[in-house]
Amino acid sequence: MLTLTGVSKTFYPGTANERVALHDVDLELATGDFVTVIGSNGAGKSTLLNIIGGSLPVDQGTVLIGGKDVTRLPAHRRAARVARVFQDPQAGTAPHLTIEQNLAVALNRGRRLTLGRGLTRARRASFAEHLATLEQGLENRMNHRVGLLSGGQRQALSLLMATFTRPDLLLLDEHTAALDPERAELVLRLTAQMIDEHRLTALMVTHNMEHALRMGNRLIMMHEGQIVSSLTPEEKAQAEVSDLLDWFSQKKGGLSDRTLLT
Amino acid sequence: MLGAVDQGLIIALLALGVFLTFRILNFADLTVDGSFTAGTATTAIFIFNGVPPLTATVAGMIAGALAGLMTGVLHTKFHIDPLLASILVMLAMYTINTRIMSLGHDGLERTNVGLLSQTTIFTGLVENRLRGSWVSVTLIGAGVVIVALVVVWFLNTKFGFAVMTTGDNPGMAAAMGINTTRTKIITLMVSNGLVGLCGAVTAQYVGSSFIEDGRGMILIGLASVILGNAIFGTRYLWLAAIGVVVGAVLYRVAIFWALKWEFIKNSDMKLMSAVLVVIALVVSQSKGANALVTRLSPWRRRSDVPEQMSVVPNPFSPMAEVDAAHAAATASQPSKKGTS
Repeated sequence: MLTLTGVSKTFYPGTANERVALHDVDLELATGDFVTVIGSNGAGKSTLLNIIGGSLPVDQGTVLIGGKDVTRLPAHRRAARVARVFQDPQAGTAPHLTIEQNLAVALNRGRRLTLGRGLTRARRASFAEHLATLEQGLENRMNHRVGLLSGGQRQALSLLMATFTRPDLLLLDEHTAALDPERAELVLRLTAQMIDEHRLTALMVTHNMEHALRMGNRLIMMHEGQIVSSLTPEEKAQAEVSDLLDWFSQKKGGLSDRTLLT
Repeated sequence: MLGAVDQGLIIALLALGVFLTFRILNFADLTVDGSFTAGTATTAIFIFNGVPPLTATVAGMIAGALAGLMTGVLHTKFHIDPLLASILVMLAMYTINTRIMSLGHDGLERTNVGLLSQTTIFTGLVENRLRGSWVSVTLIGAGVVIVALVVVWFLNTKFGFAVMTTGDNPGMAAAMGINTTRTKIITLMVSNGLVGLCGAVTAQYVGSSFIEDGRGMILIGLASVILGNAIFGTRYLWLAAIGVVVGAVLYRVAIFWALKWEFIKNSDMKLMSAVLVVIALVVSQSKGANALVTRLSPWRRRSDVPEQMSVVPNPFSPMAEVDAAHAAATASQPSKKGTS
């Protein structure tokens, strides 16, 4: 479903601030794979998602989604296949639009925008059904502006908007990081539920090792712009947080000579 | 007085255009001063050359839309800041408008075109001495209402939703597959097309076009939008659109009454417009004034005013406990809101 080959990205090349965000990254996701991504700050996790989503151009390498080369396509032309949920609850929704208008925009993701009506009775009814699955009572507030919702509700709505059109690929960029633990737990539960229901292929970046182990069937760890380890479904099922921590310090130590050189 | 209402209704066309860029697209578009004159100049010179008035009106609208296209291309393709892009076009339009005015069949260079002896869309009204009467108010009002309905319809289409999203959250718009370059350029064209249309109708109503016609029109449009939206709110699009039309009429009528005062000269209007917009902007930031207007205006509801994000307690929600805890926590710290 997703194939990255030799992807590299450097920020501010040729200046004192030069920073290698990704270095020769290869990654392959089969249909239905749900991969969690962990790594320290600056490891290149978000850059990886931005490159797959198309909001950052690559320096080198190719990105294939569903067998199609999308390396040169801007974000809005990949949107038919790729859906995203951002870390910031405010980023994924339009605050001055109502809940139903936001859903209508999500429904049209990647489709031709015509002068047909944005909302119809049938569409409202279908939105209400989808909203009911969030168990937030949002189906009774469909003409309320999204700016009036709490962060957790917004993130749940973002998640619904990203998944209910069944994209080929779902990108979750630390989408629970800005929420309090209870709400993060709820959004995580909804994430698992929706990915399962729609059989989505997904990539989830997280800082929480426990979440990274609990969710998905594969796990990758990034360090200094490279994928330094990858757990197969069997390995992942056996792994524990302490293993990850060990593994983490080990990898960090193993790579530190490079940090010393630069 | 009814003449002022006529003119206010015509200005409403421009105000609807300003509403689309400033409010919906969140784009500070100063092209208006140039595209308004493009409308008056094009229509006037076309009529002067014997083109039927309706065709000339459409030409004026297209001239305005092309000015909007230029601003849109400068901003999206060449990444020039909206304000600067539109000022550049505004300046460029001064020359272009002079050239347009010099397209007369006699080949003379002009900076103004008189239309008093020409047939315009208002000739019927003028001959029957109905300009500035209830008849003209009704006819012009009907035309403006149709344009306002078209604007509301436009925003309620799938494309219109995309335009609103582009203005509200550009990053999300791109992630949702919206080509924001396209939505911005088209909205700027529609907006400045409306401004050009306003110019086209104004030229025919007052019977002339002058190269300085457009100066300060952006402020008049902005004042109308701020005034109208303060009274009617922006809860629904149609209500906001009505507000814009009413705001334009109120603004023009206020000017009419101000001019009755002998102390005030015609040339004082620009300063008054500027001061009015400053007052409107300052007042619209004041919480007290906002609350007062909200209480006085039957069209505005409390929920219009952006509040702190709140969660409606839902006992069946898996977050019910969290909501309750949160409510208890905020109740125990009543002073928190006041000090922050």
